Amino acid sequence: MASNDSISGRLPGMFSSSGSASFTEFLSSYAPDLLPGRRTSSASAHDDIPHGTTIVAVTFPGGVVMAGDRRATAGNVIAQRDIEKVYRADEFSAIAIAGTAGLGIELIRLYQVELEHYEKMEGRTLSIEGKANRLATMIRGNLGMALQGLVVVPLFAGYDEERDKGRIFSYDAVGGRYEEHDYTSIGSGSVFAKGSLKKLFRSDLSAEDAALVCVHALYDAADDDSATGGPDLIRKIFPVVATVTWDGYRRLPDDEVGALAQAVVDGRYEAPGGPAAPLR
Amino acid sequence: MTMASFGYVAPEQQAKDKADFARKGIARGRSVVVLQYTDGILFVADNPSKALHKISEIYDRIAFAAVGKYNEFENLRLGGVRYADVTGYTYDRQDVTARGLANVYAQTLGTIFTEQYKPYEVELVVAQVGEDAAADQLYRLTFDGSVQDERGFVAMGGKADAVAAALKDSYSDDMSLAAALKAAVHALEQQDSDRHLDATSLEAAVLDRNREHRLFRRLPAPRIDTLLSEANGAADSAE
Repeated sequence: MASNDSISGRLPGMFSSSGSASFTEFLSSYAPDLLPGRRTSSASAHDDIPHGTTIVAVTFPGGVVMAGDRRATAGNVIAQRDIEKVYRADEFSAIAIAGTAGLGIELIRLYQVELEHYEKMEGRTLSIEGKANRLATMIRGNLGMALQGLVVVPLFAGYDEERDKGRIFSYDAVGGRYEEHDYTSIGSGSVFAKGSLKKLFRSDLSAEDAALVCVHALYDAADDDSATGGPDLIRKIFPVVATVTWDGYRRLPDDEVGALAQAVVDGRYEAPGGPAAPLR
Repeated sequence: MTMASFGYVAPEQQAKDKADFARKGIARGRSVVVLQYTDGILFVADNPSKALHKISEIYDRIAFAAVGKYNEFENLRLGGVRYADVTGYTYDRQDVTARGLANVYAQTLGTIFTEQYKPYEVELVVAQVGEDAAADQLYRLTFDGSVQDERGFVAMGGKADAVAAALKDSYSDDMSLAAALKAAVHALEQQDSDRHLDATSLEAAVLDRNREHRLFRRLPAPRIDTLLSEANGAADSAE
């Protein structure tokens, strides 16, 4: 924090230099200790650092839905039952994280400032590819931590104004960026969620049905993965579900998600495996 | 006399020369007005450029308006955005305040005025919209680093006195956005004897306290047109 002392007086020279419009690059020269992934540690990661688990994203004509369960685990303990892992990145995109929760949330905060900073400095928003690439660079900055076991993997989804469609980008721990088509899932329950998405996805979903597909997929993930939390009807803790369309980012209010979760749970009384895909 | 031949200039004279120089530079440019209305703060500039802005977003509730030399106030704007984003990222978004930013600008402008050969030829307003009009903050900063805490409205730039006089007549508390915009445009038209400003020669933006998250919003030309005809319609029906 020592590097911030000078901010109380006049603007330090660095503030008025014509540099790039990247907040991360500015911070790396002004206050590098504030950046995630720049700290070094010789200790290896332990099980008792909370981990976030399953995220799903589904496209529909004109947009994309992203949803995440609410559980964070530390080893076999539920560290938090109402953690939020899906966030607004900017007006037209959403970001979510799986992996080391603390680092992931810090990364999201930095990414949000990064996008807004660029917008204010340059007077225009980044293209969706630009946003996706920027995130890849930031994940790469965390490589040292990832090699010590503190892996953060984000999922990025946004509305592409040029093409009028929702797009999804997934990442690996070293910053590899992969565009996903139709749907995807990340995190410990993703294997089960993807299986569920594969059977439930169709290309003509409405925004509401796409949200329902996400809640079903998270239910299936929670069904088979102990680190993923299902909808908690008793405490009224439901997945975080957000849509991104031409109208911008919108997080579904609790009563809407609650109704979806209730419908999914009610349906499972009849068919514990969820809706069956037609065989022929 | 003998002192002058050795190149000595009294500090008073130096400060006066610099101030005269800065004032002259600012007086050459067009004017900007900033005024409070019921739902927030309105910024209007006599500025036909769509790319070189005189009004800009700094943070969630804070915006910036400037007159004078573009490269100089643009430099201050970029510094201000960096200051705000670093502060908000280090602490919390609510810890970024117009007062803090105004202090930083005052220190910066003051230092440039005393230490550099040429002072900045700029004048700024830093404004923060609050929960209600009483909580709004308007700071006016001049080229030498002086800060004034303003209420209601501010006019700055080329013919600031004429513009301020016109605003003084038409301004009232509790103005709607349309009424405030009309008053602002009318005031800016007082820069010359026969100045007419239409939507395309104006740059306008608001800090709207009823929005969420980032309260700054530019008003595009069609929106300015709609608001102005709305205000004129209201005035006609009142007569």
